[in-house]
Amino acid sequence: MGRLAITAFVAAAIAFWALPMLWLVTAPFNSHPGLDVSWPDWTLENFRKLSENPYAFSSLKNSVYLAVGTMLGVTVMAALAAYSLSRVRIPGRNTILYGLLLLSSIVTGTAAMVPIFQLMFALNLVDDRSGVILVLTGGLLPAAIFILKDFMDATPKSYEESARVFGATPLQVLRHVVLPIVRPGLATIAVWALVNVWSDFLTSYILLRDPTKLPAGVVMYTFYSEGGQANLPLISAFSLVYALPVVALYLFVNRRYGFRFHGGIKS
Amino acid sequence: MASIRIDGLSKVYPGDVTAIDGLELTVADGSFFALLGPSGCGKTTLLRTIAGLEEATDGAIHIGDRDVTRLTPGDRNVAMVFQDYALFPHMSVTDNIAYPLRIKKVGRTERVAKAAETGEGLGLSALMDRRPGELSGGQQQRVALARAMACQPDVFLLDEPLSNLDARLRLEARTFLKRLQRDLDVTTVFVTHDQSEALAMADQIAVMEAGRIRQLGTPSEIFRRPANTFVANFIGSTPMNMLPGELVGGKLRVGDREPVDAVAAGWVGADSGDGAVTVAFRPEYARVDEAGSLTFEGEVETSENLGASVLITARTHDDHRVQAVVPEGAEPEPGAAVRVTPVPGRVLVYDEDGELLVP
Amino acid sequence: MTVTSVDAAGLGRRRAMGLVTPALLLVTAFLVVPAVWTVYLGMTDYRLTGIQAANPQFVGLDNYRAALADPDFRNSLWLTLLFVLGSAVVGQTVAGFALAWTLRGVPRLVRGVVETLVLLAWILPSSIVAFLWVAYLSGDGGTLNALLHTTGTDWLLEHPMASIIVFNTWRGTAFSMLLFSAALGAVPPSQLESARLAGAGTFAQLRDVVLPHIRGHVLTNTLLISLWTFNDFSPYLLTAGGPNHASETLPVFIYNKALYGGQLGYGSAISFIMLVINLVIALFYVRLLRERR
Repeated sequence: MGRLAITAFVAAAIAFWALPMLWLVTAPFNSHPGLDVSWPDWTLENFRKLSENPYAFSSLKNSVYLAVGTMLGVTVMAALAAYSLSRVRIPGRNTILYGLLLLSSIVTGTAAMVPIFQLMFALNLVDDRSGVILVLTGGLLPAAIFILKDFMDATPKSYEESARVFGATPLQVLRHVVLPIVRPGLATIAVWALVNVWSDFLTSYILLRDPTKLPAGVVMYTFYSEGGQANLPLISAFSLVYALPVVALYLFVNRRYGFRFHGGIKS
Repeated sequence: MASIRIDGLSKVYPGDVTAIDGLELTVADGSFFALLGPSGCGKTTLLRTIAGLEEATDGAIHIGDRDVTRLTPGDRNVAMVFQDYALFPHMSVTDNIAYPLRIKKVGRTERVAKAAETGEGLGLSALMDRRPGELSGGQQQRVALARAMACQPDVFLLDEPLSNLDARLRLEARTFLKRLQRDLDVTTVFVTHDQSEALAMADQIAVMEAGRIRQLGTPSEIFRRPANTFVANFIGSTPMNMLPGELVGGKLRVGDREPVDAVAAGWVGADSGDGAVTVAFRPEYARVDEAGSLTFEGEVETSENLGASVLITARTHDDHRVQAVVPEGAEPEPGAAVRVTPVPGRVLVYDEDGELLVP
Repeated sequence: MTVTSVDAAGLGRRRAMGLVTPALLLVTAFLVVPAVWTVYLGMTDYRLTGIQAANPQFVGLDNYRAALADPDFRNSLWLTLLFVLGSAVVGQTVAGFALAWTLRGVPRLVRGVVETLVLLAWILPSSIVAFLWVAYLSGDGGTLNALLHTTGTDWLLEHPMASIIVFNTWRGTAFSMLLFSAALGAVPPSQLESARLAGAGTFAQLRDVVLPHIRGHVLTNTLLISLWTFNDFSPYLLTAGGPNHASETLPVFIYNKALYGGQLGYGSAISFIMLVINLVIALFYVRLLRERR
């Protein structure tokens, strides 16, 4: 391929990916934002309006609550399960792993939205944020266990054996040796769970009713889907605030670990 | 400090794979003991069973007077240095060395002081704040040894202690380990597949094959008089010469050569019986162009320079190959006719089952 | 204390099972139970409201018969196939590979910019990117019309399927790009060099050296992104399935029928069909993994 063709392709790719995103950078700072991209007058007025909206702030708080709750649940439970599955020949271990792999790909939030709604209705957990955390945790766990088990499998057993010969109890082995060594894996899972839940729309959309309990993903959708003229100053400012944590997390991960595949995806 | 006594020890893995098969062994207090054998012979399993990382299927292990067979690793008061050293990558050298003391709930200041003292003894003082990843292979090994020493165990267990070092460092580490063991005077068992390592370092060697001990002895016993053809083949940096022969009424015949009175030579006993045998001698114990009762005439095929000596391979008229080590500069040219004569006291004769006739 | 276990950590089976149990319980409750429940619900006339809500009747395979006769369902199945083929199998795979291949040879900075943009499209919350595209494609002052001088074209209304296919290519290419750049990194440079020494052009290098090496990755990638695209709910955020079912892929169809329209039994039957399709794709994927080990 000639240099020219490569340059043209890269330019086209940048245009294709950047153009839809430009609005997110320009509109929030425009005193009269439209749907098009135009040079902003760098006002913070839209953010002031945003701060007056009763649902904007509470929805971000809800998103933090859901994301952190799910992240903690997924990381802790997946770490314990992955460690046991990696190190101990539990009866039926291969069946469990095979089942988890299949489940994580088959039973998706969309395919199972009806029975999940039914189940939560039966458990009286509709319109309850803990219910959303439970559903999201259950959904993310299989893949998390898989990715973490890869990390654990890649850790030499001699570390644990060494600690054991010095008399460490299993819990001490876990605390002093295993968890610190697989920290990159735990961080991967934590970030992955955070981003997933922060972006989630469907689960909260079907399980939550009360507008004060809705997370940002759903509130964002109601801002532009509910009838009447879309409130663009509000939407633009809210989009940016809602997007920033993800961008920050991306920059952090990219700098710290590099955005590359490790573990999990076998190829 | 303690001896180790192993009685009738067996280790059978699920699926009826026998790794250790009714093994008997006593390691004397303070000795430097090598478990030597090819991979899969059970030597590492034996070491791990002594440590308590594998559960014995049958038999008993005593360390000193204590029966430790069913104790957890932490209760056995042993220290193990793993092949990959297993230094915790997230801890500094100090924290690594102090780790056994942390488990024993020794206070922070005391254990740091103790780690510093142990580290100093091994020349690690300048490295105490580093992480294992920032150390060379030799330094990592010394940290692992320091960590093992810090808990003042009754027994040291070393799994392939030199295999992670490059060739040059390996020779230094050999000397270093031997001196360290002598200074500490702690019973030490190490596993190796490298016979030269075992010969160089150990006071006693157990040569293992298929879960059993094939010979137990000092390095010179094992080098000079391998008890069977397995050990004979395994030990030595040049392969042992092995030739088929026949023993009839105390007379040893090798091919069409003049029979030798093997009883008189001390190679076999008067009661050794008749039958097919294997005659063996080391290339190091062969002379070229010297007369002797048993000689092999042939033509030099190749000569390999070993540095201070040369290994020649000669082909005999009845199509055997015999090797001999000759001093540098004295080697015959390829194609030259030579006579290879074993040093009389160094000839070994094995019976049909491969056992040495005069142990 | 006695030796009770021989695993590296000395954990023992009982404690290990104790540590696995919480995760398994949650997975059972929120993945296994719902999956099994779809089978049952799909054979009832369960509704969100009305008599059938309080007292659902068992209707056997009626829902499945109804689905086969339902033109909306058949239309939705066809649209889903178009969506998966267009945006995943063709769009994301081709764009992902093209990016991975070309970005190897461009300056670091440019590479970083492109990768960041593609990755952001992937990880930004779906309701944000959905609105960005609503604005971008809007007939009422959208940026695309301004660029193409096609004032007044409402892309989401006039070309709904094309819009969501392009949108999903934009959204999901990052995964293929990452996977293919990892795969290309594993192609031995010496083989590419010897092909080049033998005079092979770009196309010949791709065909003779690269493709044989990454064939497995291509398959893995295709299966995974097909599965995800098949289950993707974000078209709902752009078009809600409209106009008049013109972009109603299966997930959106289920939502509209079951949770919006209240026909939980019928929706469950469709969900079960989705689960079966997912199972088929997943079994292919798992077999692929096993062969590779």
